[in-house]
Amino acid sequence: MLWDEEFETLPREALEALQLKRLKNLVERVYTAVPHYRNKMDEAGVKPTDIKSLADTAKLPFTTKSDLRDNYPFGLFAVPFSRVVRIHASSGTTGKPTVVGYTKRDIDSWAELMARTMAGGGAHQGDVVHNAYGYGLFTGGLGAHYGAERIGAAVIPISGGNSKRQIMIMQDFGSTVLTCTPSYALNLADVMKEMGVDPASLKLRVGLFGAEPWSERMRTEIEKRLSIDAVDIYGLSEVMGPGVAAECIEQKHGLHVFEDHFLPEIIDPDTGKVLPLGEKGELVFTTLAKEAFPVIRYRTRDISRLITESCSCGRTFYRMERVTGRTDDMLIIRGVNVFPSQIEHLLMNIEGVEPHYQIIVDRKQSLDIVEVHVEVSERIFSDEVKVLENLGRKIEREMKDVLLTSCKVKLVGPKTIERSEGKAKRVIDKRKL
Amino acid sequence: MKVEQISVFLENKSGSLADVTEVMARAGINIRALSLADTTDFGILRLIVNDPEETTAVLKKNGFTVGKTEVIAIEVPDRPGGMARILTAIKGRGIDVEYMYAFVQVSRKNAIIIFRFDDLDKAIAALQAEGVKILTGEEVQAL
Repeated sequence: MLWDEEFETLPREALEALQLKRLKNLVERVYTAVPHYRNKMDEAGVKPTDIKSLADTAKLPFTTKSDLRDNYPFGLFAVPFSRVVRIHASSGTTGKPTVVGYTKRDIDSWAELMARTMAGGGAHQGDVVHNAYGYGLFTGGLGAHYGAERIGAAVIPISGGNSKRQIMIMQDFGSTVLTCTPSYALNLADVMKEMGVDPASLKLRVGLFGAEPWSERMRTEIEKRLSIDAVDIYGLSEVMGPGVAAECIEQKHGLHVFEDHFLPEIIDPDTGKVLPLGEKGELVFTTLAKEAFPVIRYRTRDISRLITESCSCGRTFYRMERVTGRTDDMLIIRGVNVFPSQIEHLLMNIEGVEPHYQIIVDRKQSLDIVEVHVEVSERIFSDEVKVLENLGRKIEREMKDVLLTSCKVKLVGPKTIERSEGKAKRVIDKRKL
Repeated sequence: MKVEQISVFLENKSGSLADVTEVMARAGINIRALSLADTTDFGILRLIVNDPEETTAVLKKNGFTVGKTEVIAIEVPDRPGGMARILTAIKGRGIDVEYMYAFVQVSRKNAIIIFRFDDLDKAIAALQAEGVKILTGEEVQAL
């Protein structure tokens, strides 16, 4: 279902004219208000007046996660701080998170975009939206919440965890729409089975799943096991949060990018060159209408391609193919972005722990589980069991701050972690999506 | 009065204890006493050997994580109440036993108990005041 028919079905020509108008305005705005963008544009020898067509976007410098880190926490905000009404954050590559801000109007646009996402996935007024995305600094919970309220649905802000209680509430409150990570949806199916609850006896009709990579195989499994339609949604906090792109329930094939708000490009991750429409590469977004935290050509590191064929749902927005991988080593564990470098940073800050570690990610009962192997060096070794056990527990506690979920630390013998050409293999991802 | 104990980190997997003892056997090291502390994930092998320096060197060379700790060795009459007397001497003095292990020498009448206290010097003083016989490093290595 269309939520905002006027914008969602704009003829391409009108859409591109709108994009160009907004792009020019954006570039002018960040050039004036954000020293970082002005400096980078000056270095690249490009002035706001050089942006005369959408193709001129390629003249603009990229923005990367490290630019966000270098300007931590509020250096890239483009409005006076007094106009910021919300702050969210996601994991950075080191200890510091990536911080984003929203004005009142940004929050309103975000709710609209999430309303489009909800409506596109088949949710409507009268639905009971069971929102199991995490609430907090993570954008998932509040993003889905505002969108569900905007379409007039009743939201259950249940957040993540405690699956048995979630299922009880689904039964008692008559949840019709489920929003969570796809792996959590499968976990709920597992727990229903354990509890002897027949998913078909629930009122669940549709699920909007995102915040982590998944596959068609997982979609089929979720749809079969929960007796629902499963729809893929996409977003990242640096760009907005959820509500950047979403599948329509009519096709469930490719996610419509809300192009009036976000200008997508696909680039070659090695050369930075824009690839022809339809080719696979790294997704790059420029926000066209955000006030507090606009980004110019943000490199998502997600690999996708754009589908330009028209869609039976009537939307004129191009679709992005389901994200198939990343160009960096970022892991998504239960919907939380984790960089191996964050874990390394954490381990190095624990006295005596040498950087010989390995992260093993696996999926059991549909949930991601993380085991961190740390080699026991002479500096941390002790003849007393409790000293080593306390160290393991300390690492587990600190890891939880990064992963937001528990992990298991296993102390292993020296030189047991495989090294190739002197560089240890840091991450073993055994998950099959 | 103190005896040097070697400790070795062992991963909890089959063969890891054999790996350590094989290295020591090849180097001609004689084990005087040992204990293995185990958890679900790892073990700590504690050893009293005839040559601690050589043992440390050879184990390190073979890639083991090795630690050295001072412990005390106490000779206890091999009869009821022998052990109780020692622990009574320590009790109430704010000294804690971290761990201990015992071995009985066929050639001697007495049992030998290895103790790791949180405060070795305080423990030695308390035990000596009670007339408990504490063996020297040389005595233990020569057993």
